Amino acid sequence: MKKWHRLPMLLAVAMLAIGVAGCGGSDKKSSDGTGTTTGDAGGTTGGTLVFAGASDPVVLDGALVSDGESLRPIDQIFEGLVTLKDGGTEIEPSLATSWEASADGKTWTFNLREGVTFHDGEAFNAAAVCFNFDRWYNFKGSFQNSSASYYWQTVFGGFAKNEKANESLGVSLYESCEATDDKTATIVLTKPSASFLGALSLSSFAIASPKALTDFGADKGSVDADGVFHPTGTFGTEHPIGTGEFKFESWTRGDRLVLVRYDDYWGDKAKIDKLIIRPIADNAARLQALQAGEIQGYDLVEPQDVVTIEGDSNLQVLDRPAFNVAYVGINQAKPPMDKVEVRQALAYGLDRQKVVDSFYAGRGVVAKEFMPPEVVGYADDVTEYTYDPAKSKELLQAAGLTLPVTIDFWYPTDVSRPYMPDPKRNFEAFAASLETAGFKVVPHSAPWSPDYLGQVGEGNAQVYLLGWTGDYGDADNFVGTFFRTQQKAWGTIAKPNAEIQGQLEKALIETDAPAREAAYQEANRLISDWVPGVPYVHTKPALAFAANIKGYIPSPVSLESFATVTIEAK
Amino acid sequence: MLRFTVRRLLLLVPILLGLSIIVFFWIRALPGGPARVLLGERATPERIAAIEHQYGLDRPVYVQYWRFVEKTATFELGDSIVSRRPVAEELKQRFPATIELALAAMFFSIAIGVPLGFLAAKRYGGPLDHASLVASLLGISIPVFFLGILLKYVFSVKLGWLPTVGRSSVLIDTPHPTKFYVLDAIISGDANALWDVLKHLVLPAIALGSIPLAVIARITRAAVLDVLNEDYVRTARAKGMSPGIVDRRHILRNALLPVTTIIGLQVGLLLSGAVLTETVFAWPGMGTWLVDAIQDRNYPVIQGGVLFVALVFVLVNLVVDLSYALINPRIRVS
Repeated sequence: MKKWHRLPMLLAVAMLAIGVAGCGGSDKKSSDGTGTTTGDAGGTTGGTLVFAGASDPVVLDGALVSDGESLRPIDQIFEGLVTLKDGGTEIEPSLATSWEASADGKTWTFNLREGVTFHDGEAFNAAAVCFNFDRWYNFKGSFQNSSASYYWQTVFGGFAKNEKANESLGVSLYESCEATDDKTATIVLTKPSASFLGALSLSSFAIASPKALTDFGADKGSVDADGVFHPTGTFGTEHPIGTGEFKFESWTRGDRLVLVRYDDYWGDKAKIDKLIIRPIADNAARLQALQAGEIQGYDLVEPQDVVTIEGDSNLQVLDRPAFNVAYVGINQAKPPMDKVEVRQALAYGLDRQKVVDSFYAGRGVVAKEFMPPEVVGYADDVTEYTYDPAKSKELLQAAGLTLPVTIDFWYPTDVSRPYMPDPKRNFEAFAASLETAGFKVVPHSAPWSPDYLGQVGEGNAQVYLLGWTGDYGDADNFVGTFFRTQQKAWGTIAKPNAEIQGQLEKALIETDAPAREAAYQEANRLISDWVPGVPYVHTKPALAFAANIKGYIPSPVSLESFATVTIEAK
Repeated sequence: MLRFTVRRLLLLVPILLGLSIIVFFWIRALPGGPARVLLGERATPERIAAIEHQYGLDRPVYVQYWRFVEKTATFELGDSIVSRRPVAEELKQRFPATIELALAAMFFSIAIGVPLGFLAAKRYGGPLDHASLVASLLGISIPVFFLGILLKYVFSVKLGWLPTVGRSSVLIDTPHPTKFYVLDAIISGDANALWDVLKHLVLPAIALGSIPLAVIARITRAAVLDVLNEDYVRTARAKGMSPGIVDRRHILRNALLPVTTIIGLQVGLLLSGAVLTETVFAWPGMGTWLVDAIQDRNYPVIQGGVLFVALVFVLVNLVVDLSYALINPRIRVS
């Protein structure tokens, strides 16, 4: 009998050794790894993965954040009704197994998954879903700030009662949620919206344990003499409780956030035991920490570091599918940009191919629309403006202008965005190509934030460099953001385009998928002819990992799970 | 000495008040504000107005300043606009990290700088003297962030001896009651944890201590050279006193006076140099905290943080002034 008791123990020791070796990557200099194994089939399991972001999360409550560093751990701890296919933007079931919309597109019925429990042991059910929706809808005071509930405002607009400062939000898209039975939740909207379902994949609409939200005072706080709200609850800092593959263990600000595998997860359990996310703000420091083996992966790789990482056999680069757009924006309120010929001339005068080839290290593709090809509604047959200086000059002359036409061209300094790693060099190349195309470029620059964004946002820049990274996989999040409303940056308050606004509104409320796709394709054709600006690149941001880390699937919208990750023995 | 101390402490009030005015109005003179930074590309006039209203930034500046003074007088520094946590709480967490690093850097620069300067002076004109001059020049002129990256490349990436970021390994869990990790590791009695924390301190301390080291070495050298030619040194030697005693009692003790002054002044340098060092080594201290706050226009953090650093700076200089009396009884601090 004794022998048989020893066998599992020996096996466990052997597997532990493999586990420790597996997390050798986690610290090749010290041997304090804590690899263990699980009974999961397939791949190496166990071990600790240390991943670096650029900063600390703000708070681990999806409803109150919109920044990537907060959403990364939130995506591991919480789940929403729907999610996106790994590495894509197609909607897939998550906590809801199926759903249907009423004929008028206003009533959505979600059938919920059985056998799901929150990390605190509470059962997941329709009442929990409605509790969360009602919580968001009833946010008051500072929770209504767009720095907190940005995504609620983007998708649902207003709240049950809009605060005075938020009156412009108007009536909410959300009307009510009813737990028809334990596993059926019915959500009623005030008007049809087709982007609603896709938006539910956002981590900001993930379902938290109602008991934890209440017990740990998620919405509690005090208002001081100045009317400033001070949150006092510990839900988002010490007790974030969802249904995801990882559960919260501890958080030392500025140092580490520790998540551990949730063993009662309803689906495939996480393969690693522990995930530690640490903030390292400096790009070079993140790279060196990876090279030294202190971390096994990091996000926001600088384009210039990609070659170094690719040249190191111990490391690997992963690409996120392009989900952004950089563009040369045009303010139509500033003549002669009110003339479509001049805008077309500008489009023909920008050598976009050269800029993408020269400054994007093979990580960019020339854009022809204001949304990436991955998004449903992208049209292949829009008017294209390939670099043609002669045509540009012709158009300017046809518009009755004398050459060269002087334009004020703005670019930001002190910034590197995923879609625009080096704005100054983009600007210089564009300026050079425009000067051969009949323009005279007067350069203007300002530090990115807040100066540059302020100048552009207030409509002070005539021509400018800017871009956008999508929040979720819906066309409205791109072209809708830009052109469905009138904005000073485009000069569309002074020079509105009712046809395009109407087309985008029509597409937004269309719930029939093929009709919706066609509506956005038509909008993209109209936008290309109108030339409100010139999109020039979609880029693939990079992530870096140690070579023995497998199973990480980059997502265009950064909705990435560490549950599939394994640490292989080196 | 008591009167001197009290007078210096009272001087703190106008210093801090003046500084608060400068900081308060200067950060508001910078273009943009926290709302625009928070929202980035997603800023709209309505959203900006809502956030400014929430933080009282839509009120007249003098009203905001008065509220700030009132609150600060009761040690209430407000909430960080980015993390939404009380500034005082973040300060409590960040400050020990910076002090620990500054002390380690100070220890490194004194432990190496004083003997180096002393030996250079004793071997005036010799190879060691020249070498120390070159080393000091290098120490002063190499940018801290570059030195940091270089040290990490050699000792972490290539040799694998020391860690590159943070205050301790994320794989070691030790309680941190004091937030001074070295002290916490000693309290916990965990030798592994102590070794780990010390390893994390080495490279940042060298990077941050490089400039003070160079300055201290050069000042020590000059001071020792001055003292070497004094009559009392010659007399002591003539009496047949052992060279070691002459060095310690007569030369070093007298030469250390100007060195002490310089050390006091280096504290300011350590606090400001910490900004770069902390960034390079992802050291969660005051430096990275304040830099982020300035970039984010995080007014409450900038105001609270800068005032606190100023307070520390003034207090440290007071301690340095008082310590003169201990080193050199000829000086009376009244």
